[in-house]
Amino acid sequence: MPLKILVTAKRVEDYESKIKVNPQGTGIVAEGLKYKINPFDEIGVEEALRLVAKHGGEVVVVSVGTKDVHEQLRHALAMGATRAVWVNHTGPMDQLGVAACLQKIVEKEKPDLCILGKQAIDDEQSQVGSYLSEWLGWSQATFASKEESLESDAEKSKTPAIKLAADGKSITVVREVDGGLQTIESPLPCVATTELRLNQPRYASLPGIMKAKSKPIEEHTPAALGVDMTPKLTVTRMAHPPARKAGIKVPDVAALVEKLKTEAKAI
Amino acid sequence: MSTGFATFTEEHEAFRRTVRQFVERELKPHATAWEEAEAFPRALFGRAAELGLFGLKYEEKYGGTNAGFFFEAVAIEELSKCGSGGVAAGLVGQATIATGPIHLFGTDVQKQKFLTRAIKGEWVGAFGVTEAGAGSDVAGLRTHARREGDGWVLNGSKTYITNGVRADYVIVAAKTDPTRGHKGLSMFLVEKGTPGFIVSKQLKKVGWRASDTAELTFEDCRLPADALLGDEGNGFAQIMGNFQWERLSLALGAIGSAEEILEVAIAFTKGREAFGQSIAKFQVTKHKLADMATELEAARQLTYHALRLHAAGEWALGQTAMAKKYATEMCCKLADMSLQLHGGAGYMMEYDIQRHWRDARLGPIGGGTSEIMNEIIAKQLGL
Repeated sequence: MPLKILVTAKRVEDYESKIKVNPQGTGIVAEGLKYKINPFDEIGVEEALRLVAKHGGEVVVVSVGTKDVHEQLRHALAMGATRAVWVNHTGPMDQLGVAACLQKIVEKEKPDLCILGKQAIDDEQSQVGSYLSEWLGWSQATFASKEESLESDAEKSKTPAIKLAADGKSITVVREVDGGLQTIESPLPCVATTELRLNQPRYASLPGIMKAKSKPIEEHTPAALGVDMTPKLTVTRMAHPPARKAGIKVPDVAALVEKLKTEAKAI
Repeated sequence: MSTGFATFTEEHEAFRRTVRQFVERELKPHATAWEEAEAFPRALFGRAAELGLFGLKYEEKYGGTNAGFFFEAVAIEELSKCGSGGVAAGLVGQATIATGPIHLFGTDVQKQKFLTRAIKGEWVGAFGVTEAGAGSDVAGLRTHARREGDGWVLNGSKTYITNGVRADYVIVAAKTDPTRGHKGLSMFLVEKGTPGFIVSKQLKKVGWRASDTAELTFEDCRLPADALLGDEGNGFAQIMGNFQWERLSLALGAIGSAEEILEVAIAFTKGREAFGQSIAKFQVTKHKLADMATELEAARQLTYHALRLHAAGEWALGQTAMAKKYATEMCCKLADMSLQLHGGAGYMMEYDIQRHWRDARLGPIGGGTSEIMNEIIAKQLGL
C-alpha cells in the first residue's frame, strides 16, 4: 500500500560553526555562521525515502522560515523527496507556532505518517512532534531507533527500521528508552520522531541535485493558514557553559583519596 | 547567483555540500591514521564512485554523469580539504589522469572495459609517463614498445606513479619509433597481471604519504594490438592534452588545501594565548592572516579564469601554466606562514599543520615543475 509521508527540514546552525552568544546575552551571533538541515530531520527524510522505496508513495518535505530554508528543502528534494512545502515566515517563532503551521499543512496534505526529528540541534526543545500529534489527535512514536547497529547488513541494504503492517494500517517502531529498546505498534496515521541511531542518511547525489531543481516548492504563509506566529516563549538569558578549570596533579593515591574525601566529597 | 559573477551555480554548491559531507564523515576522521600507515583503504574508491566522483566529465553510457568541469572542480577542491594530500591525490588521480586519456582517445571497446570500471571504482587506474631520466622532457623517454606479430612488446620502467602499486591498469607512454623524438611516442593500456608488468617498489615520500606511489618495470611485457590507446605516434599530443586538466586539477587542489590551511591558522591563533591575550588579536597576526587570504583569493581568481577558459573549450596553455604555478606556490607559502603562526606547535608531528606543509610541497613539482610552467609561459611570450 503506497504511503504518503510528511517530513520536516528545519534550518539550523551547522554544528561545525563556532557558536557565540551575543554581548546582550539574548541570542547567538548570526554573522559568519553556516547552516544545514537539522540532522534529526535528515534522518527522518532518509527513513521516509526507505519506506517509500519499499511500499511506494510520496515524501513531502516541509519547512518554516525565510526563503533561506529553500536550501534545506532542496537538500531533502535532492536526497529524493517528491515535493516541498514552504511556510514563508520572517521573524521570531517558537515551537508552538511551528507545530501549528505543521498541523495546518498536515490537514491539507493528509499524510499517513509524519516523521520529524526528535529535536532540533539548535534550541533542543523536542516539542514539535508531540504538539503535532496531540493537536491532530494522532498517536505518537517518539525516539524511533532500530534494533540493528548502523554497521549492520540491514542498514547497508537501506531497509526501513519502521515496519509497516501487511494490512498497511499500523507501524511497528523500535524506541530508544533508558537502558534499552522498546517495541511499540501504532495505528496510522501517526507522528514518529527520530533518534540518531535510526539510520545513516544518504548523500544528495549529483543526479538527485539536478532533479531537485525542477521539483516544486509550494508556498504558504502563517496568516493564510490561520496561524498566529507570535512566540509565547521568551528567551530571557543565554550564556556559554562555564569554562572548565585546569586540573591538578596529586602525588599519590593517598593524596587522591584525601582530596576525594575532603574537597570533592565524593567518598 | 545574484551578481552574475559567481563561478559556481546553486547546483554546484549543493554538490559541494555533498562532497564536503563525505569528506567530513568518511575521510577526515581517518586522515592521520592513513598517513601513518602510508596507505588508505581500497574501498574508498568504491565509496567515492557511489557519489559519482569519478564520472563527472564522462558520458552516461559509461556510467558517468557528463556534469562537466565545474562539478569536477568542486569535487577536487573539497577532496583536497580531507587533511591528507595522499588520499586526495589517489582519488583525484582516478578522476583525472587515470581516466582522461581513455575518455579522449579510447575506442568504445576500451571505454567499456576500462573507463566503465574506473568510474564504478572497481578498477584503480594510473598514468605513467615519468621515468628516472625524463619527465616533462617526454622526448627523452626510454620506455619503448616494438611490434611483434599482432601485438606489442613493452620494455622500460616508470617512476613516481600515483596509485601505481594497486593499479588494475596503467596508461603507459612508450616510444614506438625511437628515431622520431616526441613524435615517435604512443600510449598503451597495460593491465595488471600481464606477464612482465612488475611493481618494483612503493616509494617513500616527504608528503602525500597515504597515496601509493610506485616504480613500475616492464620486462618483455607482451600486449595485444588493442592495448594501443589512440593512434600510433599520437602519444605526445595525448600527454599534452592530459596535462591541461591535470595542471588545473593541481591548481584547484591547491586552492582547496589553502582554504583549509587558512582556516587552521585562524582557529589556532584565536585559541593560542600569549602575553595575556589570543595571538589573533595582535596586529602582526591579523595582517599575516589578511595577507594569506589575499594571496589565496588572487590564486583562486587566476585558477578560476583558467578553469572557465578550459571549460569553454579554449586551449589555455599559458593561463593554465600560470594558475598551476601560482596556486601551488601560494599553497606552499600559506602552509609555511601558518606553520610559523603555530610557533613550536607547528614543528610538532601531533599538529595537522606539519602535514599540510609537507603535502603542499608537492604542488610546484608534480604535473610539471614551476620551472617547466615558466618555460611554457615564456614560450607564450615569444621567448
